[in-house]
Amino acid sequence: MSFYRMHIIIPMDEEAVEHGAIEVKRELSELIEKNNLKDEVKVIETGPVGVVGKGVVMIIYPERLYYYNVKPSDVKEIFEEHIVKGRIVKRIEHDYGEKRAGKIVDYKTVGLTREQKRVVLDRCSIINTLDMEEVIAKGGYSAIEKIISEKIKPEEIIEEVKNSGLRGRGGAGFPTGLKWDFTRRTPGDEKYLICNADEGEPGTYKDRLILEGDPHKLIEAMIIGGYAVGAEKGYIYIRGEYQLSIERTQKAIDDARKFNLLGKNILESGINFDIEIKKGAGAYVCGEETALIESLEGKRGQPRKKPPYPVNKGLWEKPTAVNNVETLANIPAIIINGANWFKNLGAVNSSGTKVFTILGHVEYPGLVEVEMGTPLKDIINIYGGGVKKGKKFKAALIGGAAGVFLSEKLLNVSMDYESLKENKAVLGSGAILVMDEDTSIPEILFSILKFFAHESCGQCSPCRIGTRHLVDLIYKIKNGEGTEKDLDMMLKIVETMKETSFCPLGQSVIMPVKSALTNFKEDFIKILNKKNNEEVLNA
Amino acid sequence: METESLHIPDNDHYRELKKFIEEHRNTPGPLIQVLHKAQGIFGYLPKEVQFFVARELNIPFSKVYGVVTFYNFFRTEPIGKHVINVCLGTACHVKGAKDVIDAIKKELNIEVGSTTEDKFFTLSTARCFGACGLAPVMVIDEEVYGRLSPQKVINIIKDFKKAETN
Repeated sequence: MSFYRMHIIIPMDEEAVEHGAIEVKRELSELIEKNNLKDEVKVIETGPVGVVGKGVVMIIYPERLYYYNVKPSDVKEIFEEHIVKGRIVKRIEHDYGEKRAGKIVDYKTVGLTREQKRVVLDRCSIINTLDMEEVIAKGGYSAIEKIISEKIKPEEIIEEVKNSGLRGRGGAGFPTGLKWDFTRRTPGDEKYLICNADEGEPGTYKDRLILEGDPHKLIEAMIIGGYAVGAEKGYIYIRGEYQLSIERTQKAIDDARKFNLLGKNILESGINFDIEIKKGAGAYVCGEETALIESLEGKRGQPRKKPPYPVNKGLWEKPTAVNNVETLANIPAIIINGANWFKNLGAVNSSGTKVFTILGHVEYPGLVEVEMGTPLKDIINIYGGGVKKGKKFKAALIGGAAGVFLSEKLLNVSMDYESLKENKAVLGSGAILVMDEDTSIPEILFSILKFFAHESCGQCSPCRIGTRHLVDLIYKIKNGEGTEKDLDMMLKIVETMKETSFCPLGQSVIMPVKSALTNFKEDFIKILNKKNNEEVLNA
Repeated sequence: METESLHIPDNDHYRELKKFIEEHRNTPGPLIQVLHKAQGIFGYLPKEVQFFVARELNIPFSKVYGVVTFYNFFRTEPIGKHVINVCLGTACHVKGAKDVIDAIKKELNIEVGSTTEDKFFTLSTARCFGACGLAPVMVIDEEVYGRLSPQKVINIIKDFKKAETN
């Protein structure tokens, strides 16, 4: 192995590729090659680093200097000045990662900021996660190795996952170990493990970063999951829009097969497991596990009646465990470090870490992985850099469209399942949308309700008709034609939908509506009857 | 529906699709993957193509139609040379997606879901693309354009037109 005096990291995600990251890498590699520096300087392509809106990012080690918005035409200058002569190219935006990007990006940064706790994203943007040797050197597939060499039984794995307290990261928060246990206990020789990567909750892109940034972690987790529940076949259901995720995950699967980590008799252990990617076709409701299964079977993605639950009758009527990408990505670390280690992370009944996406009116939109239970205000102010342009905070929508509007009063809330539940909120997918003082809550609610009306699958009437009526009502209200009665009607509709809708889509519309009408009541009250009053005044 | 009377031409497009169907016939639940392929070949899914898929997979036409119309991704109308997809997700909405879409509508003089007369642009909207950090976002063909403003969008559209005339 050679010793390099300098490592240059070029994180690749859709944004970077759009801004020419591939050309930047090619140009740089050519210059290094031409100048015979390839034994001294190594260029590494990694997954997303978590910096958003900065085009192509280039990180130069050992000094850990970040260049932003690097263009292919800048490469020659960076090479001649920085790489050859060691002088920073001041013309190009850069910093050492602490000042701005460090707040979101550099998980090692301490001092100004709190450290990120990376379990799920530990390999992202550090190594080339598509290079099998680098992945293995950084602990990849060591959980499989442990299971095989220590002859750990499926029941023991399930017990460990149960003890770890890991809960589903897709929104519902169901204990993962229990789900696996049910699947394992259901009789049947054919079982399936499905990874739900149909990430459609508006404002959420954590799963995309895992798929693009470290697909081998997911594959390793699925092998373990398959072995634990007794499945020999796994599916990853990825949104059709996530083209880069599909390409990278497919490459990782192909490589894993070459190393006999997928396929028959994995590493001569007698374990058989293989994975296939299925491309979704765009339907929010397919995030619901039975709708996803219908879609996998090639049908309209309409939810099934439960029970029977998928753990008993899932794909092709066989016992099936459906897990979210982030949930699965926790598994290898739990196997390696043990349930107690995991349990010590996070909060009561909410073990481990959580990946949050911070969006909207903040200085640095991006994603952050922190321990469960981190206060909301720390996530917004420390990692997100606070409200943009020094404006006042108004609201945060937590958990995507089916989430809850929180007001300033709840900024201190701990971000974990239990604390949020106490405050009538949900963790959901971990999206945090920050809104400043100029935001109109009725307008945002209108956009959310339009989304639900569009995405309602139409199978059951409470949801199909309810979402439509809600759009009409909020439209009337936001245009100043609403009355007190309309507000009551909205609440009545969402409560009925909660009680009678067939699946979580219709049942959860109450979350944004009720929280907006309760926590921001004055925003609605002040625009009621506005038109009528104005007309009277003008008369 | 008088599917029997529909004329299915024998050309490279259909042969390519047929080959794909042959390869995937025995994988369980192939319909959606076949439709993905078909839309990739034809650009959209006209009645003839849906009928062809139904016949080749030996399933009712109604089932194919039901799936095609259920998912946002599948189209039954032809589209312009470039498809502009503006995200209307919550994060984009907060950052002014509406102004962006209004600017495009005005610039191209079309409504959402329609195509310009010269068949150059189709304007469409989408739910979240998962690129919320760049909000407001649009995708033209497969490229993501982020941090948009009404002026920026108009410039992008003009660049496309310019590239075409050159």
